[in-house]
Amino acid sequence: MYQGAALGADTDAVGEVVFNTGMTGYQEVLTDPSYAGQIVLFTYPLIGNYGINDDDFESASVKPVGIVVKEACVTPSNWRSKWSLDAFMKERRVPGIQGVDTRAITKHIRSGGVAMGMITDRDPEEAMRDLLAARTYDETDFVEQVSTRAPYAWSYAGMERIDEPGGEHRLRLAVLDCGVKYNILRRFAALGCRSIVLPHTTTADEVLAWEPDGVLFSPGPGDPARLPHVVETARGLFGKLPIFGICLGNQILCQALGGSTFKLKFGHRGANHPVQDLESGKVTITSQNHGYAVDPSSLDGANAAITQLNVNDGTVEGIRALDFEARSIQYHPEAAPGPWDSRPYFVEFVAKMEAMKR
Amino acid sequence: MKILVIGSGPIVIGQAAEFDYAGTQACKSLKEEGHEVVLINSNPATIMTDWDVADALYIEPLTPEFCERVIARERPDAVLPTLGGQTGLNLATQLAERGVLEKYSVRLLGTQLDAIRKAEDRELFRSLMREIKEPVPESWIVETPEQLEALLDEAPYPCIIRPAYTLGGTGGGVAYNRDELWEIGSKGLKLSMRSQLMIERSLLGWKEVEYEVMRDSAGNCITVCNMENLDPMGVHTGDSIVVAPSQTLSDIEYHMLRTASLKIIQALKIEGGCNVQLSVNPDSFDYYIIEVNPRVSRSSALASKATGYPIARVAAKIAVGKTLDQIDNQVTGTTKACFEPALDYCVVKIPRWPFDKFPQGDRHLSTQMKATGEVMAIDRTFESALMKAIRGLEVKQKDLRHPKMAALDDTSLRGACAKPTDERLWALAEALRRGWGVDEVNRISRVDKWFLRKIQNLLDVERDLLDLVESTATQGDDAEHIRGLIQRAFHIGFPSATIRSLLGISREAESEAGHEQDPVTRVRAIAAGFIKAMQGEPVFKMVDTCAGEFESATPYYYGTFETEDDAALNI
Repeated sequence: MYQGAALGADTDAVGEVVFNTGMTGYQEVLTDPSYAGQIVLFTYPLIGNYGINDDDFESASVKPVGIVVKEACVTPSNWRSKWSLDAFMKERRVPGIQGVDTRAITKHIRSGGVAMGMITDRDPEEAMRDLLAARTYDETDFVEQVSTRAPYAWSYAGMERIDEPGGEHRLRLAVLDCGVKYNILRRFAALGCRSIVLPHTTTADEVLAWEPDGVLFSPGPGDPARLPHVVETARGLFGKLPIFGICLGNQILCQALGGSTFKLKFGHRGANHPVQDLESGKVTITSQNHGYAVDPSSLDGANAAITQLNVNDGTVEGIRALDFEARSIQYHPEAAPGPWDSRPYFVEFVAKMEAMKR
Repeated sequence: MKILVIGSGPIVIGQAAEFDYAGTQACKSLKEEGHEVVLINSNPATIMTDWDVADALYIEPLTPEFCERVIARERPDAVLPTLGGQTGLNLATQLAERGVLEKYSVRLLGTQLDAIRKAEDRELFRSLMREIKEPVPESWIVETPEQLEALLDEAPYPCIIRPAYTLGGTGGGVAYNRDELWEIGSKGLKLSMRSQLMIERSLLGWKEVEYEVMRDSAGNCITVCNMENLDPMGVHTGDSIVVAPSQTLSDIEYHMLRTASLKIIQALKIEGGCNVQLSVNPDSFDYYIIEVNPRVSRSSALASKATGYPIARVAAKIAVGKTLDQIDNQVTGTTKACFEPALDYCVVKIPRWPFDKFPQGDRHLSTQMKATGEVMAIDRTFESALMKAIRGLEVKQKDLRHPKMAALDDTSLRGACAKPTDERLWALAEALRRGWGVDEVNRISRVDKWFLRKIQNLLDVERDLLDLVESTATQGDDAEHIRGLIQRAFHIGFPSATIRSLLGISREAESEAGHEQDPVTRVRAIAAGFIKAMQGEPVFKMVDTCAGEFESATPYYYGTFETEDDAALNI
């Protein structure tokens, strides 16, 4: 038990406690659907310094159930800042805790693995009973909570500096939404793609009925093994049009190709994870947010090649199918938050879509 | 391989002793790789010239002549010049130009000379930046009054006017509008020997941010650390108070500047460390590239100590051909050098100026560095790191109080806030203490409100401590209230000596506890007890490059007020 001061809304939160080592990007993390059902601890001690602004949303609502910080900045300073962290969390009805030894909790998670936790101001014993009775993260289907109910289109390029050529929407991309981040849609829009965002329950035939030039399997929260219907959709699309998967999308494609996933002790969450491309040998610093990983041995004999590995722990970071156009990466080329070094993946995939359209 | 390392020579103003630290680290790193190290350095009073650092040591003047003799005698396979600051770089350039390197077939390790030239020559650099579409401050050359007139509508105000070929910038200045540009410009045209002016966009008041980046021969690039200057543009970064990481940049801004920095190091084909300085508009996404140092610099040494990432060690290994993913992260022992450190603390650097030794010296800070050293402090909050750094300076001031600033009238204090000097930090604090408010002090000094509010937080505690004694008669001596306040003061970074002095606690007061006294004495006695108790409270946290994500083998520590002690767990 760690005691601190209240932050944000005056409610309880129960969720899986995970830590993120990024030093910027709390607004993106707060609105990233992949954090659904989690209590996010920020290891950087000063959170909220530049406030919350109108632009840097990765979805329409706050997705983690709570946050843990050392110090929440009361008076942020940045030209785009509209709310302080505390005010924003109060408005969005999300609780948090501050003034705790976040490094001690991080080390606790590092040695014991991620675990369910609770932010509360109730009697500890009573709260503990509720916590133990609560449904665990692994048993919960979060994708159905964050996926869109109805299809929608996206053709907004965002307002960051764009050095790729923009222009007309030449291509149509189907996005299987398991918890897509806005910046994925912004990046594709900037490259001339109009995205049609579809619910996670969409079947392969329904996807094809939209006549897309390519399909993206999006990131998302929860255990990837709980999504056999999405895996089925992926299998149904193999060989019919170019496919790209990001994060959970990588785990979906791997399962569709015969692989399996396992839960990491404390996941990869941060903006500094080195990934090595096995063909070129080049190492890229990537933005990551995942609690599950693909077991490399499960792909033995599968119709797929492992293309990238994590430099720190050797887990699978990218694969491609051998006989048709489908590839995926475990990290986030859209950044938001994190480094922009992997943006070329969008360019590459769009080029594939274009080539196969012709 | 036998490698000649060129040291940085004597420690002079403007070139800090950090090169010594970097050079020593590099020599050890090369020996670790099994290379034979020959060192030439003219400074015997450094750690670098200790017996066990290099295999062969020459304490000789750092001139091409002496260097050639060392090369003739030792016949090294290669020379590593990028770790001895500007001195080493210049010497290597001279050796190459005189054909010495060719004559003895000595290979130049690390960044090649044309890359260095591209970074250091103003025109070459500007054209490279244009090529890769990175913005440099706009500038115009004006040679006639007609050209000047044509520029009046176009020029960005304020702009800086620099007449060419005049002594010490005579005739130059800052124009805030077209009338001033016309006035200063026409005068400048007359004063300039060749009738030539350079008009440059002024970035006064913009944020100054630095990125420490590394690249290996395979083209892998990483950022070790970014830093934000408390002092806005106009003060040499070596003379600025600096924090790491940046505090007021959002994720998009942080990565926009990171991407630019990596693009530059990639375009320059640096092999090793490099420092990129950028200027950021506090009110938009606009930024400019100010300068690039294509070598291990004073800032690298700071970034290295701030993050735990051994830049010089890694740069030396890159110079002999290793790639980042082949080099171990020495701190964790389990991960690789190809990653970006994550900090879970705040770092504050304050320069140390020699004005106490030169009382007649001009204390104004500008584009030429005057500091001779610096202190770095680490803590979990900016406030406490700042307070630690002040104490580390070993100046008379141990906190934010300064009798000289307190004695200034409001007009003089305004001036002290506006014009950067070594004492501006205390002027800012005094202005806030007088209740001018963060917004007003920001308008005067252009120091970001984030920093000013943090200073205000410290002053609030200072006020509360003073109030404790002053209002005792009305508020009584609630022990819980006193304990809470003392705790707050320690947590935000007040040293016990400052708390004692603000409460007026003398040594005697502590021993008088428990007796019947007047309320003020009783409050002091209670407070003294809590101060003593708090002194035993601090714990040590680890600098581990990864914010606790991985266990670390050879870390170092900083003291802070938290609950868990990393050092105790490690013993």
